[in-house]
Amino acid sequence: MNLRALIETRLLPAILVAAIVIILPMFFPSGYYYRIGALVFIFALAVVGLNLLMGFAGQVSLGHAGFLGIGAYSVAIGPTHFGAPSWLCLFAGAILSGAVAFAVGRPILKLKGHYLAIATLGFGLLIAIVLNNEAAWTGGPDGMNVPALTLFGWRVHGSDAWYWIAGATFVGGFLLALNLMESPTGRALQAIHDSEIAARVLGIDVARKKLTVFIISAMYASVAGSFLALFNGLVTPDVAGFLGSIELVAMVVLGGMGSIFGSLVGAAVLVVLPQVLTIFQEYEQALLGLIVMIFMIFLRQGIVPSVTAALAGWRKC
Amino acid sequence: MAELLQFAFSGLTVGAIYALVALGFTLIHNASDIINFAQGEFVMLGGMTTVFMATAGIPLPLAMLIAIVVTTGVGLALHRFAIEPARGASPVALIMITIGASVFLRGVAQIVFDKRFHSLPPLFGADPIQFGGAAILPQSLVVLAGAAVIVALLWLFVERTLLGKAVIATAANRLAARLIGVDTRRIVDFSFAVSAAIGAIAGILITPIALTSYDVGTLLALKGFAAAMLGGIGSPLGAVVGGLLIGMIEALCAGYVSSSYKDAAAFLIILVVLIAMPQGLFGRVKVERV
Amino acid sequence: MRAVQHFTATAVIGLCAVLGAALPASAQIKIGAVLSVTGPASFLGDPEKKTLEIYVDEINAKGGVNGQKLQLIVYDDAGNPNNARTFATRLVEEDKIDAMVGGSTTGATLAMIPVFEDAKIPFISLAGAIQIIEPVRKWVFKTPHTDKMACEKIFADLKQRNLTTIAMISGMDAFGKSMRDQCVAVAPKAGIKIATEESYGPRDSDMTPQLTKIRNTAGVQAVVNPGFGQGPAIVTRNYSQLGIKLPFYQSHGVCSKEFIKLAGPAAEGVRLPCAALLIADKLPASDPQKPVVVNYTHTYQQKTGQAVSTFGGHAYDGLMILVQAMQRAKSADKAKVRDEIEKTKGYIGTGGIVNMSPTDHLGLNLSAFHMLEIKGGDWTLVPGT
Repeated sequence: MNLRALIETRLLPAILVAAIVIILPMFFPSGYYYRIGALVFIFALAVVGLNLLMGFAGQVSLGHAGFLGIGAYSVAIGPTHFGAPSWLCLFAGAILSGAVAFAVGRPILKLKGHYLAIATLGFGLLIAIVLNNEAAWTGGPDGMNVPALTLFGWRVHGSDAWYWIAGATFVGGFLLALNLMESPTGRALQAIHDSEIAARVLGIDVARKKLTVFIISAMYASVAGSFLALFNGLVTPDVAGFLGSIELVAMVVLGGMGSIFGSLVGAAVLVVLPQVLTIFQEYEQALLGLIVMIFMIFLRQGIVPSVTAALAGWRKC
Repeated sequence: MAELLQFAFSGLTVGAIYALVALGFTLIHNASDIINFAQGEFVMLGGMTTVFMATAGIPLPLAMLIAIVVTTGVGLALHRFAIEPARGASPVALIMITIGASVFLRGVAQIVFDKRFHSLPPLFGADPIQFGGAAILPQSLVVLAGAAVIVALLWLFVERTLLGKAVIATAANRLAARLIGVDTRRIVDFSFAVSAAIGAIAGILITPIALTSYDVGTLLALKGFAAAMLGGIGSPLGAVVGGLLIGMIEALCAGYVSSSYKDAAAFLIILVVLIAMPQGLFGRVKVERV
Repeated sequence: MRAVQHFTATAVIGLCAVLGAALPASAQIKIGAVLSVTGPASFLGDPEKKTLEIYVDEINAKGGVNGQKLQLIVYDDAGNPNNARTFATRLVEEDKIDAMVGGSTTGATLAMIPVFEDAKIPFISLAGAIQIIEPVRKWVFKTPHTDKMACEKIFADLKQRNLTTIAMISGMDAFGKSMRDQCVAVAPKAGIKIATEESYGPRDSDMTPQLTKIRNTAGVQAVVNPGFGQGPAIVTRNYSQLGIKLPFYQSHGVCSKEFIKLAGPAAEGVRLPCAALLIADKLPASDPQKPVVVNYTHTYQQKTGQAVSTFGGHAYDGLMILVQAMQRAKSADKAKVRDEIEKTKGYIGTGGIVNMSPTDHLGLNLSAFHMLEIKGGDWTLVPGT
């Protein structure tokens, strides 16, 4: 592929996202905004991975928070029970998530539609139950403390530090995902999404490609989970729970399935919206549900694709 | 022996609850291919509305009727105002709408009702029935009977009435159904209304055993959905068998293995069954057209 | 180009997003509260929120504290420690609170402690676990009795009745698990043997398998149920359904009339450790707590139409201890207020009589708990406890 196309489809979007990360703090009046920003990028990272699975490969996963939980508890259990440094546990967590995804994905990904959904849901719940019960390792329902990350002798502490780490990692993950989508594997995935049988006829090893993207999305979620745990200094089993998985799916669908920019928007909406809605006190939950419904009815492809289509239509006038 | 019997009774009690909830999923799925995550909230509405009507002084049977009517109305409204407008959307978007609806209904329930736990008096008294050294509550049998009656009614409806055939036609191929003159919008309306009613009845029957509160819907929807899938989505008999099976596994695991892993055991079994039988126990094998 | 289109779209959306504006500064004392008003712990957070709102209004109606009005800022963490931490950060950085009363659950409290310790803001927690005040942290206090105390009270009563071998059935939520751990730790010293243990999920609907196993275990003389919410009510009903006649103890998590209502006739004879708040009208006139608890009970019931619960009582105590500390310090200066909280002596609250010290940031002892027995659908005080 020629240089111009390369820059257009991969470098430019990444530079734009990096620009967002760098420019945004200029508008931050206080440390609270850094925390929100950091949370947005952490979740956006997990959502990018899930989007690869759901948006591009078309496989529904209602248990993805399980991988978030594996990553989160790796950086808790590793340093506490084994004395290993946090950054090493982060990588170990990602590899462990990948391995679990490999083991579980092989049989599960053969299922279709709602059956795949319930299988992934069951898997996520299993992880949450184990994390809740094995108190000797995980601290049980009250969770456990997470020792802070030390990078090159410097203890990472504070919302602003984590904002930059999460932001930088998100840009990296974003670029990686873009690369993946423009690669032969990415095209194969889109072919599988459109028609699995046709893809198989073309000679694509469907099972293997689905498993690959499942493993990759698991690792994205694991890194995000590790970041979340290190940032909060505490991890509890509900990070892997059913509600967490639903939240991730909501972020994918709201932002736009198949749009990697959409991952950022979806994460931003669902992290920021509860903060904005607090002024409504007890109507907060009802309003949140109402807003999700309205978004899905009127912007049913997700925010970014719908707005893009609207802008394109407007431009034509 | 008495021990095993007691575990079995517990499994039947809990399983019947799951079965009733699971039944609510099948009809909507049959008519429109949607998994309605707000089904749990229909169960909640049935129980909570009855409780609040009864506390306000309305006689219990009337309160139950009002609860069923209100919930049916909510189900219809869900279809008309949330699902219908988004008709062309992808399945995931539709699922997300039902999830949004469930959050919305929970949020409204918090405000209209309250956040405490409530109960209803059992239909045939609270004295347990002793059998073979084990005790079962009469209400558990009521729930089981309720599930059986609903399955029978659903079967009769689908096999013997024209409306029932229209529902199946809509599920099989919506366009074809419209071509032969079926008003598919009315059919889906109907399926939402009936599912909501089933949910409300489930809520009313379950509350004397399992209590109710504004957020009882989440876990019930989860287990009900799992039961429906285990039995093969689309089959009412499958929903009941799936529910009873999950209940039994949980009770036997709690009794013989470990009470803290009983939920895990149930989901593990579901995973194993689905891997071996990808359509669920009674599900129809779907023919994919290329 | 798709990418630029996407970016423009994102930028348009970004410009459209508006964060809630920061509250304007005013000469009010700001008290922050992060409570689990919704979610699995709403049983705790809801009465806490109502109590704080009622009493902040009352205090303001009487002229406020040190001539300044109080402003209460409540956020709902929905039982999620991550949200709790975010709201804690928001209270510190955006709302600029002077003090914090909140943290319905142990998880939320532990998540928020670093934020308030860093910001040097006094934090009175409303959660139960002993880890909140042990080890003692400079800025963190709490008002609810610890689960360790509940275990000790129950075990003392068991010894009184010559019951030494028990079974435990605990909820798998944080409250149940934490109390179970404490009971296991305290049992040997109290001379109690735990013969067998079972557990149940907090939203389960039938616990007969677990109770059957307990019934079939030889030597069990009594059963203890650490848990809160609807679980204990169902366990109690199942207990009666199976015809188990052994003495049955509940935890302080169900100290509310609602438990009696939900468990029905099965609750007859159940014993549990509760604060004086629950038996307000039955306390002898000489009891120093009587005026406080009677007043709180009537005010709460009148304003909300609901029965009192211990959790609301803990919020009341937290607020009052804070306000009295501010009055003694004659300012809202965080360090001065913290010092005065630590010097709280003889504060008579709904939970007991509080005497704090630099090594004790709770200030209650076992006498703050009374052993109650349910008779005829109402609480009765077990004499001498």
